[in-house]
Amino acid sequence: MEILTNPKIDWLGKRWIFLGISAFLMVGALVSLMTKGLNLGVDFTGGTLVYLKFKEEPVLDQVRDALNDAGIEAEEVTRFDEPSTNQVQVRMARIATEATQDLSLESNKVFEALKARFDAQVPEGKVDLNNLTRSALANELQQADPEKLREKMSVSDFARHYTELADRIVDLRTAQRGVIRDLSELKSAGVADEVIKSLEERFYLGSFTIISVESVGPKVGQELQTRARNAVLFSLLGMLIYIAFRFRPIYGVAGVIALFHDVFITVGLFSLTGKEISLNVIAALLTLVGFSINDTIVIFDRVRENLRSVRRADLATIINLSVNQTLNRTILTSGMTFLAVFALYMFGGEVLNGFSFALVVGIIVGCYSTLAIASPVVFWWQTYSERRKKAAKTVTA
Amino acid sequence: MKKNLKYRMLVVLAVVGVSIYLFVPPSQKINLGLDLKGGIHLVLQVMLRDALLAEAEQVRGRIDRELRDKEVAFAESRTVDKPESPEIEILGVPPEAQDAVEVQLREYSSSWTYQRRYGEGQVDYVLQMIPAVRKYLAQQTVNQARETISNRVDQYGVAEPTITVYGSGDVQDQIIVELPGVDDPNRVINLIRSTARLELRLVHPEKSSEFSSRESAAQAFGGMIPPDYEVLPYRDINETGGQTMYMVVRKAPSVTGRHLKNARRSQDSFTGRSEVSFFLNTEGVALFTRTTEQNVGNRLAIVLDDEIRSAPVIESRIASDSARITGQFTPEQAEDLALILRSGALPARITILENRVVGPSLGMDSIRRGILASLAGAGLVILAMLIVYRLSGANAIICLAINVVILLGVLGYFRATLTLPGIAGVILTIGMAVDANILIFERIKEELRLGKTVRSAVDAGFTRVFTTILDTNLTTLIAALFLFQFGTGPIRGFAVTLAVGLIANVFAATFVSRTIFDWYLQKREVTKLSI
Repeated sequence: MEILTNPKIDWLGKRWIFLGISAFLMVGALVSLMTKGLNLGVDFTGGTLVYLKFKEEPVLDQVRDALNDAGIEAEEVTRFDEPSTNQVQVRMARIATEATQDLSLESNKVFEALKARFDAQVPEGKVDLNNLTRSALANELQQADPEKLREKMSVSDFARHYTELADRIVDLRTAQRGVIRDLSELKSAGVADEVIKSLEERFYLGSFTIISVESVGPKVGQELQTRARNAVLFSLLGMLIYIAFRFRPIYGVAGVIALFHDVFITVGLFSLTGKEISLNVIAALLTLVGFSINDTIVIFDRVRENLRSVRRADLATIINLSVNQTLNRTILTSGMTFLAVFALYMFGGEVLNGFSFALVVGIIVGCYSTLAIASPVVFWWQTYSERRKKAAKTVTA
Repeated sequence: MKKNLKYRMLVVLAVVGVSIYLFVPPSQKINLGLDLKGGIHLVLQVMLRDALLAEAEQVRGRIDRELRDKEVAFAESRTVDKPESPEIEILGVPPEAQDAVEVQLREYSSSWTYQRRYGEGQVDYVLQMIPAVRKYLAQQTVNQARETISNRVDQYGVAEPTITVYGSGDVQDQIIVELPGVDDPNRVINLIRSTARLELRLVHPEKSSEFSSRESAAQAFGGMIPPDYEVLPYRDINETGGQTMYMVVRKAPSVTGRHLKNARRSQDSFTGRSEVSFFLNTEGVALFTRTTEQNVGNRLAIVLDDEIRSAPVIESRIASDSARITGQFTPEQAEDLALILRSGALPARITILENRVVGPSLGMDSIRRGILASLAGAGLVILAMLIVYRLSGANAIICLAINVVILLGVLGYFRATLTLPGIAGVILTIGMAVDANILIFERIKEELRLGKTVRSAVDAGFTRVFTTILDTNLTTLIAALFLFQFGTGPIRGFAVTLAVGLIANVFAATFVSRTIFDWYLQKREVTKLSI
């Protein structure tokens, strides 16, 4: 199948249009970065994220109220993932003193505050099955002995029996993303009806649980920022040097300019949409850098080859020819990687969302910059330096 | 040519076979990162100043004692906590005692240098730790902390914990603890960060009662606590009714946690409450016996992490090897405290810099979604390749599969950990692999359009594109190496899978794909290539 047979597009002739589009996008990104800034995740700012899973549809205002009443300053209380999952994300700023050492404490405070609000009327003496650890549940079960086995079994068999039951219950809870809504669900973990009945006397189902906590101190945040920046800068530099060495210095510069263009516009879009920049997004930006430089080198390689084989043609013709010759490949590669990444964006869920968003945007921008940015830069530089050489010759003459 | 082809096919099969062997079964050979599996990730900072200060205090005590033993005149000695490194000061030395002091100080010249500070009719000495010694001590402290933590984690029973020393300064003072599958973060964090410095210290013999505040304790001594003593809080449900009281105890402990042989949870025979019994080693028993013998009638405080847990009166000389820590423990807490005491004290306090707890359900969700998305993506790409390149597309898909198999094999061999960013690396690899095939196929098409025969078009396609593939992969590989060098955890994971994937890619795209083409072309006379 042919996508385009023998295209003859004058890419360099349209360079002013491309430049205009790029300038527009870059200025847009810059304005957004300057006015809205970036929504840096706790990885970089320091702070605490608590992810909660509720049994029923949570009312965010109630969550905010409960936190407020307990004196917890939550920066953000938002829904997380699809609404049907009943998940909530609470973000708290990091108090930037060395004295606030106990990072684990903050999620505990959130837990206590919400517990007081959402599970206020709990029958005395009952234990929250949605917030028991494996070993604690095994202990509770042994004490409750819902299957009345104490007399019938040896001590070790008894302990083993209830540890296995606890495992089954916790595995079921995990499979249901952290909460059990009704004790009758335990049937699917192979718990008999009578046993469920007697479990009801001892356990209740708390209305929420903490599924995940991320707490980053200010010092680590700073360090992660510096390290991520250094990693990106040095890898850009490394690529520049390699391309400069394999081709010509200007090709390296042009490639890196195209990369910068792609990353800048993508980051700008993150700023515009207010999406959070986490360490995973950085990994996505790096992936984008990889794809983008790949595209550019393919064209440069072709230019180099054509410079050798096609005699008596000026640089503009050769660049146009090279871009056109590789056009099918550029479109196909970008198209296929786009398919893969788009699937990730659609089905990957919230955790992968920022990551795949960066790639979806990046591949489109990267494909465009390969065609529109990298080669004009080379073209401009070559014509500019030739003119200078000529000028120098006229002066010496 | 024919023979050569056979060898090449053997090489491909061997590589694939070895790779499969290396990562099967994947559940054992490839670790999932905490972001996928669930668990606790902690970055701890060892407070090195603690250890340095303790060392300085010990040296000061020794010098002080030696000078007094030799009846060298000086006013006082003290330890000063400076941000860089603590200093020891010997103050108020009269001129005639200068020589004697300096002779004494020179004993410590291998690790401490001294400077004189002249005052009116007297000299002060300031001792500073030699930087190399400080660095050595600091590194030793961190290693010891790591050892202690891994001891505790092992005793708690975590499968496959990783505990590594890390840091960017001249001393690596951070410890990264990764505990997969742990579902009780609070308990584990307590277990790890408790200093667990156990000491038996004598209470001041004259003023041995409890005070209601630090101020009233100081007042009892006319506003100045004697230099060898300090005020510590005391909380005991039986004695003080749960209120915090204060006692004046000696700074120097009579017996320390170093003299501990064992510790275990026990039960008070009267109240049935959980408590912790600890047992002393031979040296500890000797010290304990001597202390009790010399201080009958005094009180001996059991101090844990600078808090007095109980302070019984010494009735008579005790030659026992055991003592108890009482308090309001749940059985679990008593169990944990015994575990911590057994594993030894941390040489310095620990601050938690970073703390991530990924619940198992979230990790499972990420995997489920990730797999679904990857399958959907792979399905789409395979479909597109088959539509665009028909039979040659099938060749590309085989190469892609081999690429992934090699990647998994290498990850399995290194027991690498697969994280979310690592999966990003795999995606980039697959993208580059698809690209390499597209490059080759498009080139072959071009050559065919120029009217070449199938065989020479295939030859030209591979030869011409080889440098391009090499250049693109090498450039990205260079980026990956830098990322590995400068990146942290997740970015490194990305770099590793990427680097491995790129190398596998060059092999799959040029060698494997070529072999398949040659095999296909040599069997029959192909006049029209399905591409």
